[in-house]
Amino acid sequence: MNNKPKIKIQNLNLYIGRHHILKNINTEIPEKKVTVILGPSGCGKTTLMKCMNRLTDLYPEIKTNGKIIIDNENILNTKQNISKLRQKMGLLSQRPYPLPMSIYNNISYGLKINNKWKKKEIEKKVEQYLKQVALWDEVKNRLKEPASRLSIGQQQRLCLARGLAVDPEIILADEPTSALDPISSQVIEEKFVELKKDYTIVHVTHILRQAKRIADYVVFMYMGEVIEQGTANEIFENPKKNKTKSYLKGLFY
Amino acid sequence: MSKFKLIEEKFFRVLMFLATCLIAFALCLIIFSILYKGIPSISWEMLTQTPKGGFYFGKEGGILNAIIGSLYLSIGATFLAFIIGLPVALYMNIFLIKHKKLINIIRFFLDLLWGVPSIVYGAFGFTMMIFFGIKTSLLAGIIVVTLFIIPIMVRAIDEVLKTVPIGLLESSLSLGSTKSETAYRVFFKQCIPGIITAVLLSFGRAIGDAASVLFTTGYTDHIPTSLSQPTATLPLSIFFQLTSPIPEVQNRAYASAVVLTVIILIISILSRIFSKKFQKNQINF
Repeated sequence: MNNKPKIKIQNLNLYIGRHHILKNINTEIPEKKVTVILGPSGCGKTTLMKCMNRLTDLYPEIKTNGKIIIDNENILNTKQNISKLRQKMGLLSQRPYPLPMSIYNNISYGLKINNKWKKKEIEKKVEQYLKQVALWDEVKNRLKEPASRLSIGQQQRLCLARGLAVDPEIILADEPTSALDPISSQVIEEKFVELKKDYTIVHVTHILRQAKRIADYVVFMYMGEVIEQGTANEIFENPKKNKTKSYLKGLFY
Repeated sequence: MSKFKLIEEKFFRVLMFLATCLIAFALCLIIFSILYKGIPSISWEMLTQTPKGGFYFGKEGGILNAIIGSLYLSIGATFLAFIIGLPVALYMNIFLIKHKKLINIIRFFLDLLWGVPSIVYGAFGFTMMIFFGIKTSLLAGIIVVTLFIIPIMVRAIDEVLKTVPIGLLESSLSLGSTKSETAYRVFFKQCIPGIITAVLLSFGRAIGDAASVLFTTGYTDHIPTSLSQPTATLPLSIFFQLTSPIPEVQNRAYASAVVLTVIILIISILSRIFSKKFQKNQINF
């Protein structure tokens, strides 16, 4: 890879109880590119992503070993404050989870946690982030309304804006378009391509066409193992492994 | 669908319908008999005066002491139980989420405590009072009733918090908020309507229970002016009037029951209105 890696994963193994879920994962995620983790359902892509911001801590019986290095620090075994660590990474999940408050407060929540901004500055920032995800025009007249009244597609964009508002370096997206209609999906995809000049984006998906549209780098996973990885061109045009070839042909999902 | 399945479906539907009718009928009967016997005996005097000499023989006076006493006692106990119970429930659902087995053990014991009869709490409280040399008082009653409703409060809030999907927890944590910020600013907000119901449930148990306060708050004809004084409560007041041989006094017992029912009704309606205000922010998952 030509680019400087932002996240280095070395010999990562993950067990849930006695099940070996992630098997000896070695990969690097380049800075300021869209890296797509591609693979069929149940291959461990979401779990791999949750390791990166330690959300695996929330699930019972999970054991990990190996290293995930972000900014020269192994985050699996860190003395660093986990909240600070998670703040480096915005999360977009399979379906949007807006916070139970107004549209405005959904964005200002993150701002207020991390900094002591003045009210004027917060107002400016809320507007800026809502504009960045192309939601401002739709909600500018109803910022005080609860976020639950937005459509799912709007909610997902709100969640993206909320994630950007804490000023992360990395965006982790776990099939962020799976619950959305085609138009909202398109907006999210376009935003990702736009955002990659400032952020490192890790995008988990099983949708081949989507991967082809946005990926710079591809990590192909199957049954908890990384089968093949490389630039989008290499993987889609010239796959080396048989498993990758048959997945790209659509022989299995 | 086979014929047997159709019959089965019909049979159970009729069974469910009958069970519902039976319960509705029993409830209506209780409410009707309380109102029928109670309403004629209710008077302004009864609501605004403390018992005068001879009240329990059918002479003048009222049950203001018991109304005020019951409100003091149950509001105090519900408040304490809420302050203790909310953090416990939040702790279980956010900090202990990784330890499923431990949570289930805690839930099991809380359910067990929920099932313990209130007279046992009363007896326990009484033993403790003897040990510490405390007399029957409003404070002792509040403490015992608090102990008695905490399992209800915790489990009721816990059941509401359980419905919050883990995705919301993940989202909030990945914004960089700590677990306690997530607990009080996200989970609490999301669950306010359910939490109000939990508080209401606990309040209902607190104000309606006679056995736990029998030994601990005592009974008096005066309105308490401090926490160290004994206090009258509505359920005990009903009990004392109902055991009287004089029909007039017995009817007053029903009137007191009406008062108790109306208090619970008012609190219910108020909290419904209150919780509507917060419902709009709730996310439907």
